[in-house]
Amino acid sequence: MHTKTIAELAAGLAARDYSSEELTRAFLQRIGRLDPKINSFVTVTDEAALAAAREADRRISAGEAGPLTGVPIAHKDIFCTDGVKTSCGSRMLDNFIAPYDATVVERFKAVGAVMLGKTNMDEFAMGSSNETSFYGPVKNPWELEAVPGGSSGGSAAAVAARLAPGATGTDTGGSIRQPAALCGITGLKPTYGRVSRWGMIAFASSLDQGGPMARTAEDCALMLSAMAGFDPRDSTSVDQPVPDYTATLNGDLKGLKIGLPKEYFGEGLDGEVAKVIEAAIDEYRKLGAEVVEISLPNTGLAVPTYYVVAPAECSSNLSRFDGARYGYRCEQPKNLEDLYKRSRGEGFGPEVKRRIMIGTYALSAGYYDAYYLKAQKLRHLISDDFTQAFEQVDVIMGPTSPTVAFNIGEKKDDPVTMYLSDIYTIAVNLAGLPGMSIPAGFVGNRPVGLQLIGNYFDEGRLLNVAHRFQQATDWHARVPEAFA
Amino acid sequence: MELDRKAVEGIAHLARLAISEEDIPEYAHNLSNILNFVAQMDAVDTSSVEPMAHPLKMAQRLRDDTVSEPDGRDRFQAIAPSVEAGLYLVPKVIE
Repeated sequence: MHTKTIAELAAGLAARDYSSEELTRAFLQRIGRLDPKINSFVTVTDEAALAAAREADRRISAGEAGPLTGVPIAHKDIFCTDGVKTSCGSRMLDNFIAPYDATVVERFKAVGAVMLGKTNMDEFAMGSSNETSFYGPVKNPWELEAVPGGSSGGSAAAVAARLAPGATGTDTGGSIRQPAALCGITGLKPTYGRVSRWGMIAFASSLDQGGPMARTAEDCALMLSAMAGFDPRDSTSVDQPVPDYTATLNGDLKGLKIGLPKEYFGEGLDGEVAKVIEAAIDEYRKLGAEVVEISLPNTGLAVPTYYVVAPAECSSNLSRFDGARYGYRCEQPKNLEDLYKRSRGEGFGPEVKRRIMIGTYALSAGYYDAYYLKAQKLRHLISDDFTQAFEQVDVIMGPTSPTVAFNIGEKKDDPVTMYLSDIYTIAVNLAGLPGMSIPAGFVGNRPVGLQLIGNYFDEGRLLNVAHRFQQATDWHARVPEAFA
Repeated sequence: MELDRKAVEGIAHLARLAISEEDIPEYAHNLSNILNFVAQMDAVDTSSVEPMAHPLKMAQRLRDDTVSEPDGRDRFQAIAPSVEAGLYLVPKVIE
């Protein structure tokens, strides 16, 4: 059963080939047996999963089932789950049992999806390799010495290893797309405001967006249909109807205009990755698409701009972790300032502390104009590049990541080099656009992801463009040998 | 730009982060590298560019000033490090 996609599992459940309880047990057993190899879960919720599965079986019998009823999924440990530890990959929240469900979690519960557990991640979603997690690095199922990408590396690795058919992720600068690429799965970062951020632990509020990670575009469409939609509890949630993303998957690509930004194919892109991407673009030509070169001239400014905006917002958001009301508290604080400083100093890891300090510096008196205001202006230029591009083309394509997965430890001591691994994904967050990564091939045994960038609220088209590629290729169906 | 020890200590204080003495040189080195990297922003003249306030150019939605959340005090305090009589306890602030 673990080899099936969500759509196939849903069909099997509807046909009563197996019950949700049988399915859930099978995945829980796989997690127990195989997860020690890759460390993709922080918490496995066996009992709650089986109880939810039995309830789903009852709903299926009663004819009250939807497409995700009884389907097991995993949640990134950034989403609050009522009564279940929600660590965000940090010692700061190692003892935090969330007192409520995030909207995304609530929506999956409402449609009867079964939560298997919570997946490992970079601490507070700050990282591109999953090495900053308090719970240790996640390993890439394709080659265990490689990173799975980050920050949603646990979700990506769990799906790639067939420990869960789908998982939620969040993407602030590439945290869904980059691990999806490096683990050979499909991931979608929706338009900013499409999926509620309520109960999703905040990193950089103007960039954060939750989205689905699964093996296929069809599965992402099923998951996004459940996740997306207006939520009055998130003040940046967009009040716009959610289309049925599965209904438009099969649209013909004849005449589709694809733009290839020349800046995404220049210096820094690995030659072997470039060949895989070019072959994938050729596949689109065969499907009837028209390919044109475009320019996003401010691409080079995206990473520097991001490393002002994101740390500034993170320093503000993470000020709530003060050792007073929940989370880690240091031993025997001498006074209130000591309580704050030591609880935060001991509770946060080095990368989180670095980003809080950069953000604090950028927002401090006398520096605001030179850093945050400057970055917000550049953000406008970066965003305008895309607006102009979408006057000429329907979809933008390029590599998700400049290289395949690097080895664990390879970039750990050099933050700036690590930051540059998100060079093709970050601008999409700064502009608030939807983006996807789909499996496009391999270099050696390590997967390559093709990035698709769409116009605002064009998730339906992205899923259609991805689905048609997956109908014509089988990269998304490849399984890491040790997890077949 | 190179941040010195005193600058790192100042930032850590503003951020209310205790960092150990021996880690300061590494923070100084890494933070300086990051600031030098983001200094690439200065190459662009943005004097006539408006700062971007929202990716979709939307205004913040307002809601009625009414109670919308149920009382969750007991649930929230159940996970607090230290509480007494419904109050969060911290070290004495006023001697």
